[in-house]
Amino acid sequence: MIELHDVWKTYPDGTVALQAVNVVIDRNEFVFIVGPSGAGKSTFMKLIYREEVPTKGQISVNGFNLGKLKPRKIPYVRRNIGVIFQDFRLLPKLTAYENVAFAMEVVEAPRRLIKKRTMEALELVGLKHKANSLPAQLSGGEQQRVAIARAIVNNPSVIVADEPTGNLDPETSWEIMKLLEEINYRGTTIVMATHNRDIVNEMRKRVIAIENGMIVRDQQKGEYGYEI
Amino acid sequence: MKFSTFSRHVREGVKGIVRNGWMSFASISSIAVSLFILGVFMLLTLNVNRFTEQVEGQAQIRVYLQLDTPQEKIAEIERQIKRIPEVANVVFVSKEDGLRRLRETLGEKGSVLDGYEAENNPLPDGFDVDVFEPRQIETAARKIEALNDTDPDQSIWEVRYGEETVKQLFRITNAIRNVGLVIVLGLAVTAMFLISTSIRMTIFARRREIAIMKLVGATNGFIRWPFFVEGALTGFTGALITVVVLMAGYAQVIRSTQFDMGLMMFELVPLDEVIWTVGGTIVALGTLIGIWGSTLSVRKHLRV
Repeated sequence: MIELHDVWKTYPDGTVALQAVNVVIDRNEFVFIVGPSGAGKSTFMKLIYREEVPTKGQISVNGFNLGKLKPRKIPYVRRNIGVIFQDFRLLPKLTAYENVAFAMEVVEAPRRLIKKRTMEALELVGLKHKANSLPAQLSGGEQQRVAIARAIVNNPSVIVADEPTGNLDPETSWEIMKLLEEINYRGTTIVMATHNRDIVNEMRKRVIAIENGMIVRDQQKGEYGYEI
Repeated sequence: MKFSTFSRHVREGVKGIVRNGWMSFASISSIAVSLFILGVFMLLTLNVNRFTEQVEGQAQIRVYLQLDTPQEKIAEIERQIKRIPEVANVVFVSKEDGLRRLRETLGEKGSVLDGYEAENNPLPDGFDVDVFEPRQIETAARKIEALNDTDPDQSIWEVRYGEETVKQLFRITNAIRNVGLVIVLGLAVTAMFLISTSIRMTIFARRREIAIMKLVGATNGFIRWPFFVEGALTGFTGALITVVVLMAGYAQVIRSTQFDMGLMMFELVPLDEVIWTVGGTIVALGTLIGIWGSTLSVRKHLRV
């Protein structure tokens, strides 16, 4: 499903973000990526959704070799990957419904299907009643749920979440995690970078720790493993 | 492209203009203002052109014949002049006509001609010759002079067309045309620059939106379309405002000059002639500039 073979990433300014990374993530796994700030977690995530390309090595997602992917094929790979961020990245002038429907319009889905699937996604995240609210009228947790609805509406096989609870209070964070767990249970692979110790320790999923651009730990039913 | 997709792009393009209220307003205004200045200069240039054409068109060749040239000879020369390809029209001016004309020109001082009547008219018979193209006047005059070469009587006494005056006039009208063209071109470039800058700002303000579109898997073409529609519509709207204001203003100018400058021989280019040339050019230019500006600016943000 997601395979990295001897992946190196050096940025143009000389920063080595990842070195000799080898990882295989299977279909339907739930993986936490942990590690100190600046260790390379975000780069790891960006490589998966082809925001960055590896300097060396091979990375494939759903059978696509991302390093050799032609630029005009990128959109088609991304349609199979849902992405969630710490800062939600909703369009402020669109309603919750429009923000979610947007992801389907972009892939030119028929209008009737867009309506059906958007409402289903909003229902799953528990925001059907706020479909017509603008992001500014929603709480942080609600905004993140809209972002999750947007990420899943095209039925991707993978969801990449870069610190999705980073801006949320503990209670709201748990709501988001329940939602992600539910989505994972329905058959979507989830790769989530996080600094949230409680969540990692409580959920007991696979944990990959990255330090100085290298994978230093990869354990099933793992723990957060850092003091802070 | 599916029709539903196309209508979505148009809808989004229109929405984009409404949503970015102030930026759209800025773009539309800058397009309107630049095109308005351009339009004013186009109208000026058109009218200067029309004026110079009228002045040039008045240039005429006068042919004077030897005194006592017989009637048949006169008719023969008239035929020969008519056969010259550059010549549009030949009018015979008898010596009586010449005398009357001279009296009119002299006006009050016409009395100095008293005593010169039909019997002792000192003036020769002649022709007024019009040419098709004012610029051919010199060639035509040479050809008329050359008619003497085959004529044993050398019946043509003199050919005049105010050489120096005509040449001077052409120099001036050429200069006016060229200066007008340069100013119009310069303004067109300025307008393009202004417009592309303001559209670029609109798009810069929306780079976030573009980034999100890319993230959820929009193709570059899909991202470009609404901006394309928006740019075209912005340009078109600005141009349309310009044309309406410009034409209303021009109609007013025509109306007021009809009275104030009624005595002038010069007539402004009529409105219905200008609406399609100037109006059409401005609308086409505005739309093209809008499209060009948005395409250029979006491309910059699509590179990843």
